Amino acid sequence: MSAAPEISVKLFAGLAEARGWRERRVTYAPGLTVTDVWRRETGEAALPPRVLCAVNMDYCAADKVLAPGDEVGFFPPVTGGSA
Amino acid sequence: MTVSVRDTPFEPYAELAAYEKQRFARPGQFGASASFVGSMRDLNEGDAVSRMTLEHYPGMTERHLETICAEATARWGLLDTLVIHRVGLVLPGDPIVLVAAWSAHRAEAFTACRHIMEDLKSRAPFWKKETTAQGERWVARNTSGVVQEATPDN
Repeated sequence: MSAAPEISVKLFAGLAEARGWRERRVTYAPGLTVTDVWRRETGEAALPPRVLCAVNMDYCAADKVLAPGDEVGFFPPVTGGSA
Repeated sequence: MTVSVRDTPFEPYAELAAYEKQRFARPGQFGASASFVGSMRDLNEGDAVSRMTLEHYPGMTERHLETICAEATARWGLLDTLVIHRVGLVLPGDPIVLVAAWSAHRAEAFTACRHIMEDLKSRAPFWKKETTAQGERWVARNTSGVVQEATPDN
């Protein structure tokens, strides 16, 4: 018997700090989108316009449909480099 | 092509010299190299900054830096690239990023170095948290990946 399919969800930087968690494994369901995951795991109505998302470490649109085993990352606008 | 994300301080010019010696063992292989070093200022948006913590997305950050360097290599026919970026605790004066490009002629090295740096700032997942006299704050400003003419503000 195999375990129920899951996806992993990661928050970074200020998003993780504000919500008090950085990583979760959540149950996968067919048709689940990135926005669905955000709503379900944060309890917030919609993905804020300034939140970026990635699936399996590639930037993606918020309406991307997920597959079992996917890793979803949510993070603020990136600020690498220097002045 | 080498990409390195590190949580300890590095000395960019020593890294550059060592890398070049290792990758271009035979003298005369390249005609031009261009490099950029970005370091931490003690001032941002009018406030004194005493320290900074850099966070990244392990795996995604390296993958995107590699893609950026591969694209630049293909576009400008580069001979090699090197990117080193700090994460973790950074203090004023510490180098944050080193970008270097090697090519046959100067135009490609200059241009590619600038583009890699701009792409890094807009596409590579890094986030900075500054400590000022008022406490900690995340740096919110995102900068364009479009190469613009340098102005006194950037």
